[in-house]
Amino acid sequence: MSTLIRHGTVADDDWQWIEGDVTQLVERMEAGERLVLPLAVWLAHRLRRDPPRVGVWLGPDDPLEALLPWLADIPLVAIRFPLFTDGRGYSLARLLRCRYGYTGELRAVSDVLVDQLAVMAQCGFDSFGLRADQPPAEALAALVGGLRSPWPVIAMP
Amino acid sequence: MYRYKQADQRLVEDRVAQFRDQMTRFLDGRLGEHEFRPLRLQNGLYVQRHAPMLRVAIPYGTLAAYQLRKLADIARRFDRGYGHFTTRSNIQFNWVRLEEAPDILAELATVQMHAIQTSGNCIRNITTDPFAAVAADELFDPRPYCEIVRQWSTLAPEFLFLPRKFKIAFAGGAEDRAAVRFHDIGAFARVADDGRIGFEIFVGGGLGRTPMVGRTIRDFLPREELLNYFEAILRVYNRHGRRDNKYKARIKILVKDLTLEGFSREVEEEWAWTRGGPGCISDATFREMEAFFARHDYAPAAADDPGYLAALAGSRAFARWVERNVSAHRELGYAVVTLSLKKTGVPPGDATAEQMDGVAELAERFSAGEIRVSHEQNLVLPHVARRDLPALWEGARALGMATPNIGLLTDLVCCPGGDFCSLANARSIPVAAAIQQRFDDLDYLFDLGPLELNMSGCVNACGHHHIGHIGILGVDKNNEEWYQVTLGGREGSQAVLGRVIGPSFAAGEIPDVIADLLEVYVDERHEGEIFIDTVERLGLDAFKARVYGGAV
Repeated sequence: MSTLIRHGTVADDDWQWIEGDVTQLVERMEAGERLVLPLAVWLAHRLRRDPPRVGVWLGPDDPLEALLPWLADIPLVAIRFPLFTDGRGYSLARLLRCRYGYTGELRAVSDVLVDQLAVMAQCGFDSFGLRADQPPAEALAALVGGLRSPWPVIAMP
Repeated sequence: MYRYKQADQRLVEDRVAQFRDQMTRFLDGRLGEHEFRPLRLQNGLYVQRHAPMLRVAIPYGTLAAYQLRKLADIARRFDRGYGHFTTRSNIQFNWVRLEEAPDILAELATVQMHAIQTSGNCIRNITTDPFAAVAADELFDPRPYCEIVRQWSTLAPEFLFLPRKFKIAFAGGAEDRAAVRFHDIGAFARVADDGRIGFEIFVGGGLGRTPMVGRTIRDFLPREELLNYFEAILRVYNRHGRRDNKYKARIKILVKDLTLEGFSREVEEEWAWTRGGPGCISDATFREMEAFFARHDYAPAAADDPGYLAALAGSRAFARWVERNVSAHRELGYAVVTLSLKKTGVPPGDATAEQMDGVAELAERFSAGEIRVSHEQNLVLPHVARRDLPALWEGARALGMATPNIGLLTDLVCCPGGDFCSLANARSIPVAAAIQQRFDDLDYLFDLGPLELNMSGCVNACGHHHIGHIGILGVDKNNEEWYQVTLGGREGSQAVLGRVIGPSFAAGEIPDVIADLLEVYVDERHEGEIFIDTVERLGLDAFKARVYGGAV
């Protein structure tokens, strides 16, 4: 079972993860489920979505451009790390936070490991869906005391 | 020299604690090998053929005497009494124990050193001209910029998991002594017509499996935009560089795939967001950094010191050493001295703990306590008064570091090869030794003149064989060691890659092959023409014919 850390504490995940274009999506949205959709599905449904309830998850090579006009209304953007050594998600996070001003929850998911949490936080992630084998106590400690670059990570436009 | 501020010191100390914790978790099984690997690599720790190897960063190749003494101390206590200076001006310890690596890092932290990002898919140690700030041809000192980029790139959170390693070099002289066109980013000092300071930026250079000469992506980048622009390049690379095949993951492949124009467009678009913004380096930062590297305070010294002139006239050996190992200094009465780590019979770049201590002492006596490491794997004393040269020479001779061969055939560049490295296809050290033994006649070496020979034990090209006038590459054919020879490579402003002359050779044949190549040169050279110029004038055929007897 994967642990979720949000804003510095272990939290319950009240989002439902949707991997592909599944049936009855609209019905589920209308019934009030909090869904996180892959980008393509999110784009297909965005005209009917209920902003506070629908999140979107991105793969490391998904483009951000399509999201930008709606960014202010999206409550959750999750970025998938298929492997912890795939650093593309770090750039996506910095772009969303620093350039495009995203202020909602920004979550790292999938191969998310204790030893990278501090660096992820520095790039702008504020929530972490840990890989199932990662110990939550160590993760919390890493977020508080983890090593960070002292060079100011510039609030780039 | 740069002196750590509190934040720098805290960073290296915290890093030791972090790595100690990671090592403990790895050793007791809480951290898997797969998860530990990139963490240990980003702390310079490789698992090698015989033992783990620790690569310690020497930022832009500058060392203080007390730091070199600490390296000697580490060599004695944690290794077998020596270390290996690399072509990226770092030092490697080849016989460390895995579990002692955190202790070594703790020792390094006491002298403002570390092993951060000396390996792994991240921004590596920044390199520069070993003659920075003392070369007569210098436009401006590149080290303040190296230090700014070092600080920015250390733990730069966005760029710790790039598609592949990323190397940056700066050069400040009219002549490029840092091989900037063979780096992922190369920055070459430029002063604009209106006096503004900046850099010509090269991108996509590198050796390895697919060698390429870096191409100019910007003729002039104002210095305040360095980090904005580098960040733009790195971001484009991080997002779009290939991750499916590690042999195609360097930025040079992305530049090739997108074309220089296409890549440049992406970078410009990215840079447009930050250009002129808060990421510009402030004048205050430049001033602060420049103060660390303020010009050394040279006491007046006579260019024609009588003792020095007497030694020159009285000792042929000293005169030879001056001819090869002493370079012009921008200051009258001073010289730049290169201590050779290329004595015949010693693996190129290796130095014993005693030599390191000895060099530290020489540096304190004669060079304001400062030492540089060159990418040709020698040590440089940058601030030596000419009147001190005879005494320094005696000291260097006592250490076995006065071989008068800088820039000559036996000053060859060589990776550790198959004797140590688990990547290597072939050994390089014994072949280097055979070449040095065969050509150890000083009269002949001096007659041959400037000649660069580089050897790598595999295509990863740590010995930079592509840019040697003569290059030797170890290859594996049916589990046997063979050696491919390239000719015509060159670094500097006329950078070009060497070309393979033909089928490869057994190790024992290499000295004869080199002898053949040299014979062609001696037969065909014009008055005053150096080896590489003869190669360029004649082309490869004459050399091939001599080596292969017309059979190719």
